[in-house]
Amino acid sequence: MMLNIKDLHAKVEEKDILKGLSIEVKPGEVHAIMGPNGSGKSTMGNVLSGRPGYEATAGSVTFKGHDLLEMETEERAREGLFLAFQYPVEIPGVSNMEFLKAAVDAKRKHQGLDEISSVDFLKLARETCKRVNLDASFLKRGVNEGFSGGEKKRNEIMQMMLLEPDLCILDETDSGLDIDALQVVADGVNAMRDGKRSFLVVTHYQRLLDYIVPDYVHVLAGGRIVKSGDKSLALELEAKGYGWLENEVV
Amino acid sequence: MTEEVESLIRKDYAAGFHSSIESETLPPGLNEDVIRFISAKKGEPEWLLEWRLKAFRSWQEMEEPTWAHVHYPEIDFQAVSYYSAPKSMDSKPKSLDEVDPELLATYEKLGIPLHEQEMLAGVAVDAVFDSVSVVTTFREKLLEAGVIFCPISEAVHKYPELIKQYLGSVVPQKDNFYAALNSAVFSDGSFVYIPKGVRCPMELSTYFRINEMNTGQFERTLIVADEGSYVSYLEGCTAPMRDENQLHAAVVELVALDNAQIKYSTVQNWYPGNAEGKGGIYNFVTKRGVAHTNAKISWTQVETGSAVTWKYPSCILKGDNSVGEFYSVALTNNFQQADTGTKMIHLGKNTRSTIVAKGISAGRSDSAYRGLVRINPGAEGGRNYTQCDSLLIGDRCGAHTFPYIESKNPSAVVEHEATTSKVSDDQLFLCQQRGLDAEKAVSMIVNGFCREVFKELPMEFAVEAGKLLEVSLEGSVG
Repeated sequence: MMLNIKDLHAKVEEKDILKGLSIEVKPGEVHAIMGPNGSGKSTMGNVLSGRPGYEATAGSVTFKGHDLLEMETEERAREGLFLAFQYPVEIPGVSNMEFLKAAVDAKRKHQGLDEISSVDFLKLARETCKRVNLDASFLKRGVNEGFSGGEKKRNEIMQMMLLEPDLCILDETDSGLDIDALQVVADGVNAMRDGKRSFLVVTHYQRLLDYIVPDYVHVLAGGRIVKSGDKSLALELEAKGYGWLENEVV
Repeated sequence: MTEEVESLIRKDYAAGFHSSIESETLPPGLNEDVIRFISAKKGEPEWLLEWRLKAFRSWQEMEEPTWAHVHYPEIDFQAVSYYSAPKSMDSKPKSLDEVDPELLATYEKLGIPLHEQEMLAGVAVDAVFDSVSVVTTFREKLLEAGVIFCPISEAVHKYPELIKQYLGSVVPQKDNFYAALNSAVFSDGSFVYIPKGVRCPMELSTYFRINEMNTGQFERTLIVADEGSYVSYLEGCTAPMRDENQLHAAVVELVALDNAQIKYSTVQNWYPGNAEGKGGIYNFVTKRGVAHTNAKISWTQVETGSAVTWKYPSCILKGDNSVGEFYSVALTNNFQQADTGTKMIHLGKNTRSTIVAKGISAGRSDSAYRGLVRINPGAEGGRNYTQCDSLLIGDRCGAHTFPYIESKNPSAVVEHEATTSKVSDDQLFLCQQRGLDAEKAVSMIVNGFCREVFKELPMEFAVEAGKLLEVSLEGSVG
């Protein structure tokens, strides 16, 4: 099992957001999480990745056999959990290159490997840039500094490729992207589907799922999963909206 | 999260040890006899003793400045000892072999080996311990190029004409309260002279160490770059950890004659006091340079130490086309206070100045940038660019900016930009989600913030400065 979320409750600033969330994700699976605004989609990604301020109050989460909720934020990352941000922040003056190398080295150290040499890293980073259609000059620029919305998202996918995580959580990565950028992001994700790596794709729109075809679709409402199905569920939601599911929300 | 940030900034002060070295230390107190004693100890000529006494008499009539944005209990200048020297220095060792091994070990421990063969290639060091210079390395090699680099107390004897001509020429005895005090009691420091047209073949550096208790350090540095010459100079400073505050009041004078260039870098790491704000150095320093025609003076400073800092390295752009630069990183943590900045005085035509000041405040500290840009009526075409950025870590610290601009020539262009930002929780989370621990994340963010200044430092020291920031910030996030 890659990820096993059981009856998870979580609160943010004293407000209960997740109220009994359960999902099982096996290696290689792609799960889409959909749901109306305020249903707890982003909270789920934040709780799983250990963002300060997001507190799990009950339930359990097992990640690759570890008790995820007991792990520090950075430990979760090093162990292979990756969150692609909806709104990546800027870190002025810190070059993308320096940042990415530090991230890759932190993971390598965790795995008992030596730091990657600067030469090897530069080569790897340049190749990865190409895969997401970013000019190599982005490596020299400050992290997300002055990037357009689409560039920030592609930069997230580039980081995901470099870090080769086991579980990728994409938090509304499609928001604000035009069709071309969406295609690049989807191609990046699809290229990383290797039968072992798992994905949680959080999205508001069915559109992204035309490009990243999920194995399962879950509807999150009121802090828990109210409906699960295969990819056809997404199309049904697209046609009918979320209203018809309201009866299922407790 | 704020608590996390705060707890990340706590870390031991690595240079805080005390060396047990037998010293000759004057009892606390200041009067004319003390000044005569210091002067006699150094075998100074009569004119210099008079010069000191004149400064002392002026100082007695001056008031301690209170305009800076810092708060500390009144200093009892009679409770400070004005002279302390390792006893072993009495016999004036001729070479390194004769220097007290305990002294050498002290510098070794600070990461500054004084044996030339072990040193960073291309850096000559003058090591000042309390009130005296212990050793100056690579002197012969420098002399081959005509470069003079020696303790100022020695220069008084060997190069009296140069000292007479330039001492006090940039910072007069009566310039301000602390400069007057320094002029009266200055003990040692470095003297540098670069002859006409010579590019100094190595980096010069002075390393200041306060060791004795209740002792003030009053060093005086004088650098003269003759026409068309170039020198890069660096100073570093540390002191043991003590609960009492200690006084450091230095004066640095730079003279860049026509077409000369002086690059002066400081990595200041005086003991900042403990996490509760007890102890630490009071750092009251006057630094100023005069740039003649086509000359250039650059000040680069990385200030992480001291309990209270009061310091404004300045440039008087006297000659036409002269250039002044000031690049500064001032980091305050815990209860540290800093009021620092620069003065750019444009006198000549087409003079240019650049100011890039980065202030980082963490803990309960308070940091202020204070800068003056003055364009005099004759400074036709004068140009200044100022950029002032503050970074706050946590929510109990403060950052202030006091820019003064006086432009008296309509053809001058003066620009001022200022920003204030915080190390945000979102930035920290991004870093941690990518596997970096919080401390590494904060130091990376802070280093990024300081990038423009660090790139002005000599290579070896840029790395040092980065590490120093890391150490100073440790404990600011948990």
